[in-house]
Amino acid sequence: MVGRGEFVSLLGPSGCGKSTLLRIIAGLTPASAGICQVSLGDGHGKTATAGRIGFVFQDPTLMPWSTVTANVLLPFRIGRRLGPAARERAAEAIRAVGLGGFESAYPHQLSGGMRMRVSIARALATEPDLLLLDEPFAALDEITRLALNDDLLRLWERYRPTVLFVTHSVFESVYLSTRIAVMTPRPGRIAAEIAIDLAQPRDRDLRTTTEYAALCETVSGLLAQAMAGDERR
Amino acid sequence: MTRRWRILAPATVGIAFLALWEIFVRVENIPPYILPPPSAVGLSLWTDGPSLLGSLLVTLRVTLAALAAAALIGGGIALLFSLSRIVELSLFPYAVILQVTPIVAIAPLIIIWVRQPFLALLVCAWIVAFFPIVSNTTVGLNSADRNLLALFRLYGASPAQTLRYLRLPTALPYFMAGLRISGGLALIGAVVAEFVAGTGGAETGLAFRILEAGYRLAIPRLFAALFLLSLTGIVIYLLLDFLSGRLLRNWHESAAAEDEE
Repeated sequence: MVGRGEFVSLLGPSGCGKSTLLRIIAGLTPASAGICQVSLGDGHGKTATAGRIGFVFQDPTLMPWSTVTANVLLPFRIGRRLGPAARERAAEAIRAVGLGGFESAYPHQLSGGMRMRVSIARALATEPDLLLLDEPFAALDEITRLALNDDLLRLWERYRPTVLFVTHSVFESVYLSTRIAVMTPRPGRIAAEIAIDLAQPRDRDLRTTTEYAALCETVSGLLAQAMAGDERR
Repeated sequence: MTRRWRILAPATVGIAFLALWEIFVRVENIPPYILPPPSAVGLSLWTDGPSLLGSLLVTLRVTLAALAAAALIGGGIALLFSLSRIVELSLFPYAVILQVTPIVAIAPLIIIWVRQPFLALLVCAWIVAFFPIVSNTTVGLNSADRNLLALFRLYGASPAQTLRYLRLPTALPYFMAGLRISGGLALIGAVVAEFVAGTGGAETGLAFRILEAGYRLAIPRLFAALFLLSLTGIVIYLLLDFLSGRLLRNWHESAAAEDEE
C-alpha cells in the first residue's frame, strides 16, 4: 500500500524486480500473478487515465529530434491537448527543473544531468497523481546526482505527487523518502519496510546530521539482512 | 582548417594523378586510341561538351525519376513492412531477389515488355536503386527506442501517433542513408539500361555516347563522357549529403558532429 502524497523508495539489488514492479504499476507489463490496483485522481472510482501517471526512466529517453519544449509537450500532444494552457504548464515545468533559457535547445546540446531534468519536467508537466522513477540518477556522476536529489525534493513539495522511486542507493533513499521498502531478489518481494520520519522540508544539511547517519545504518542493516536471507535459500 | 583540407586534399591527389598520367602517356608514346592523355580528354570535353551535356540531361532525367520513384515506393514498401510483420516476412525475400538479379540480364526483357523507352529505362534504374531504401527504412522504422515506445503507450498514444511522432522521425536518418546509396545506384542503373537499350530514338543518353565513341575509336570522347558521368555521380551524392545534413542537423549524431568543427 502506498498512500497519497507519500514518497516511497523501493530499495534493493539489481534483478529483484523493482523495475518490473514499476512497469506493472504503470500498466506497461502485465502482472504474472496477483492484483495491482491503482486508484488515482479523487480516489472515487476515477480510473487511471493517460497523464495521471508520470514515468522517468534510467535514461532520459528524450526524442533527439525535438527541442526541450517539444519533448516536455509530448504527453499533451499525444493527449491532443496542445493548447495555450498546456504550453504554459510545460514552460512552468521547464523553469521548475531549472532549465529556463534552454527551451529551444536540442538534447544533444545538453549535459546528462540536464537531459534528466528534461525527462523529469516531461513527467511532471501533466501534474500527475503518481510519479514513477526507475533509477533515474543511476547513470549520473555524484555531484549531479546530489543536485538532482535536492531538486527532486523541491519538485515533490511543489507538485505533491505520490512518488515511487526505485534505487539501489541507501543514502539516496533515506534522503528522499518518507518510507522505504527493501526488496530481495529471487523471488522478488518486499522483505522489510521502514518509515523515514525525518523533518520536512529537507535540504543538504541533513546529510551531515547524526539522525540521517543512523537511519542510513539501519536501512543498510535491513538490506544486508534481506540479502543474507536470500543467500541462505 | 579541416573544411579547407576536405577540398584541398582530394584535389591535390587528383591533380597529381592527372599529371602523372599525362607524363606517362607522353614519355611512353602511347597512342590515343589505347590511352588518351588527360589533355586530349579535356580538349574533347571542350569540343564535344555541348552535345555530351545534352546526352547527360537525358540520362539525368531517367536517374532522377528513378531515384524519386525509389524513394516514394521504397519508403512505402518499408512502411508496409513495418506495419505488418507477416507482410514483411512474405515479401522481403522477393525484394532481395529483385536486388540480386543482374539488371543486365533482365533489362532486354523489360525493354520489350515496357514499350515506352523512357519508362523502360526508369523501371531498370528503379530496380537497381530501390532496395537500399527499403532495407534501411525498414530497419529505421523498427528501431524506435524501447523506453520511448513505453512512454507513448503510457500516455495512450494511438498507432498512428506512434508512427508519426516516433517511428517516422526515428527512421529518417536511416532513410537518408539509403537514399545516398540509391542516388549512385540509380545513375548506374540508368546507364546500364541505356547500354542494353542502345539508341532510344532521337534522344540518346550518355551511355550510348560511350558505346558509340568506343565503336568509332574516339577514345578521348569516351573518356570525356565517362568523366561527365563520374562528375554527375559525385554531384548527386553531394546534393543528397547536403540535404541529409540539413534535415538532420539538429539532432542526429552524424550531422551534429560536423557542426562542432
